[in-house]
Amino acid sequence: MLSIFQNLDISHYIYLSCVLFSIGLFGVLFRRNAIVLLMCIELMLNAVNLLLAAFTEYMGDPNANGQMFVFFIMVVAAAEAAVGLAIIVMVYRNTRKTDVSFLDSLKD
Amino acid sequence: MSLFQNLPIAFLILSFITILCALYVVTSKNPVHSVLALILTFFSISAHYVLLNAQFLAIVNLMVYAGAIMVLFLFVLMLLNLNKESEPIKSNLWAIAASISAGLMLVVITASFQKAGIAIMKGNTEEIGLVKNLGRVLMTEYLVPFELSGILFIAAMVGAVLLGKKEKNSEELVNLNNS
Amino acid sequence: MNSIALILGLPLIGFIINGVIGKQLPKIVSGLLGISTILIAFILTASKLSQFVSNESFSESLKLFTFLNVDNLVLEASFKFDRLSIWMTMIITGIGTLIHVYSMAYMWNDEGFHKFFSYLNFFVFNMLMLVLGSNFLMLFFGWEGVGLCSYLLIGFWYSRPEYGKAARKAFIMNRIGDLGLLLGMFLLIHQFGTLDYDGVIEGISQGKTSAGMLTAISMLLFVGAMGKSAQIPLYTWLPDAMAGPTPVSALIHAATMVTAGIYLIVRTQVLFEMAPFTSEFIFWIGLSTSILAALIGLKQNDIKKVLAYSTVSQLGFMFVALGCGAYTTAMFHLTTHAFFKALLFLGAGSVIHGVHHEQDIRLMGGLKSKMPITYITFLIGTLAITGFPFLSGFFSKDEILTHVFEHNKIGYGLMVFSALLTGIYMFRMFFVTFHGSYRNTHFSFDKVHESPMGMTLPLIVLAVLSLIGGALNLPEYLTHQSGILANWLKPILTIEETKHAISHSTEYILIGVAILVFVTALLFTRSKYVSNHHVPKDEESTGVQGYMENKFYVDELYNTIFVKPLEGLSDILGNFFESKVISPLSFGINSVLTKVGKLNRYIQDGNIEKYLLYMVIGVVILIGINLFI
Repeated sequence: MLSIFQNLDISHYIYLSCVLFSIGLFGVLFRRNAIVLLMCIELMLNAVNLLLAAFTEYMGDPNANGQMFVFFIMVVAAAEAAVGLAIIVMVYRNTRKTDVSFLDSLKD
Repeated sequence: MSLFQNLPIAFLILSFITILCALYVVTSKNPVHSVLALILTFFSISAHYVLLNAQFLAIVNLMVYAGAIMVLFLFVLMLLNLNKESEPIKSNLWAIAASISAGLMLVVITASFQKAGIAIMKGNTEEIGLVKNLGRVLMTEYLVPFELSGILFIAAMVGAVLLGKKEKNSEELVNLNNS
Repeated sequence: MNSIALILGLPLIGFIINGVIGKQLPKIVSGLLGISTILIAFILTASKLSQFVSNESFSESLKLFTFLNVDNLVLEASFKFDRLSIWMTMIITGIGTLIHVYSMAYMWNDEGFHKFFSYLNFFVFNMLMLVLGSNFLMLFFGWEGVGLCSYLLIGFWYSRPEYGKAARKAFIMNRIGDLGLLLGMFLLIHQFGTLDYDGVIEGISQGKTSAGMLTAISMLLFVGAMGKSAQIPLYTWLPDAMAGPTPVSALIHAATMVTAGIYLIVRTQVLFEMAPFTSEFIFWIGLSTSILAALIGLKQNDIKKVLAYSTVSQLGFMFVALGCGAYTTAMFHLTTHAFFKALLFLGAGSVIHGVHHEQDIRLMGGLKSKMPITYITFLIGTLAITGFPFLSGFFSKDEILTHVFEHNKIGYGLMVFSALLTGIYMFRMFFVTFHGSYRNTHFSFDKVHESPMGMTLPLIVLAVLSLIGGALNLPEYLTHQSGILANWLKPILTIEETKHAISHSTEYILIGVAILVFVTALLFTRSKYVSNHHVPKDEESTGVQGYMENKFYVDELYNTIFVKPLEGLSDILGNFFESKVISPLSFGINSVLTKVGKLNRYIQDGNIEKYLLYMVIGVVILIGINLFI
């Protein structure tokens, strides 16, 4: 399997994950549905995960520190998704909406 | 195009699928379609992991993300009955502002990575991404963060349960907000 | 346990107990607590005194803690028994005990009984700190503490607005003096790097500082003494301080606190010895104060006001002695004055008590038949202060006069005049109060009564002390040796007191003059107030008498010089500066901020999406800055 990396350098992975990250960011800014916002955040996190895995390969690190970080990011993402979804359900229960444009009570 | 020259065909195809699915996640009007597209994205990212000698990571990604978290999302969407194209579309101004911001972000982060320089990957042996190796590192060097993430999970679980519990006066709150 | 700690601590404990839980205690307990703390302190001091007597070089000190330690300056909370401080402690605790006993009877029906005793105990604590401290810092703490207690006790009946005013006046006047003391202390630190008495004395003997600086320091310290001991120009608070309960007037405003200035100067005599200008200044200030106060005292009709002016006048006498360099004499007069002035004040209190809180002597008269004990003790006090031969005041005043005669002949003439005035105003008050016929129509003569045992007992003790107090320092011409006090203080006086350069025959002439003055005063007042039944009139006097009656308009003068311009200035500042400068400025700042805030509100509209957008823009800018700059 090593053979396929003969011509591959780290910058290609960098471009890929930057594009993914930016797409996620665009979604966060553009969409109004809170659940879709959360999904876009997951997308951004995955872009970072991909880059970390690529860097592990790039460094040739036998301890795989980058992959470790991917694990912990996954942990945080899972926890975040659980709490975030609970909050969205709660908000929906109280306002019958999941549209973040209407959640402007911060100004009061 | 020099960028795509000499690239393995597998990488190109995978990247193409990934970006396409990601774009669909962002632009689809139906949230359920978004979720399904996101699952596809995760599948392709898992394939990338396999290419990067991170076999265990690929499996975990599939199980945790595509299997658990995305199902949770789907479940909540169904629960809240949001599986139709109910979301109002934002104005063009917003679309422009969001694309400019995201584009700028893309420019600055790629520019900042550019500074790091381009080099051919050293490559690892295949064993690096296997459970045996990862487990050893996780249980030795990363023991404390590992335990702490367990505590984080408990906290998140308790928080989610507390938040999800139906409050007695939630009906009153709805009335209050509507009035 | 260290006796200093006990002597200091007992009044403090009394203060705390009475101050915190006094209201819950029965009056008898709280009163006895107040008395016993001072009494035990007195007994302890007396036992220490015997150690001093048996051992020439005995001294005891107590270091509580280091107060401040910066660079080369070390300030310590330390106390010391030496011959001067133990003498003062004896006076304070001794007279303090008597006055506490008296107060228990005098204040029995007052609502603030506990409060009164806690304040009194606190006063004694502060006064002891003042005299026992072994450096200027402790003295200053005590100094301020007694000032505070004085303020609290003058305004004790605070429901009367004019009493509160008198208290404030005393406090503010004292602050002026305290400022002088404080500046003097700063100069001492600057020059000698220490506030320790011993350190300062050592520094002076090593010639660490110039004569001009010594004059400056001593003048500033004297300004402090001026305020506390009510000398011109800071004396006007003391007569007003009579608003407080009479025992307070006796203890604080006659016997102890006002003598703190004398104590300060005796303590720092080395400084004053080296600054002849200051000594001369003290001499004339003391002299003019004594005459001015005596003149005002001639025309006062309030029994306590007369005594107050008399106190100012007598303090002037002490400062005259200090100005002559006769420190022992000043201490001697301080001691005898403490006896007879406490006696007089307590006697006045007894009179006031007997005639149902009337203080105007024009409404008294003929009280001697109703209040025999008060009458006799008051008579002894009057005779002592006016200089009846062989009573305590006679010896001390005579000693002062002798020193003044040596020092300055014109000053002597003025002092004799002042002594004459003393005799006149004291006998005037005495005769008008106790002789003649009773004049108050609102309170029948039958109801006038002698005071209870608790009040007459201290009177008797003080009367005995006033009678024999002169024995503390009998003059040389009687015993052919120096007096007890002179011997006692000799070790701590850094310079030999000048021996009397005048012959015994001159001294006898001086004594003759003194007795003559006494007899003149007695005969003059007797013929005017007893034989002719003259009673001071209500109507306005004219000419010089009018001036005297109105206290030479000193209060009004101070009002015009200091208060009015200040009020005018505040008016200008309040009406013009405030409305034209301060308000526009502050309101302007306010309105600018409000407008900026309104602009900000457009950004902070609560929409999360906008916040997200701002955040992304911010992150982009930050990374961009990092990249390209």
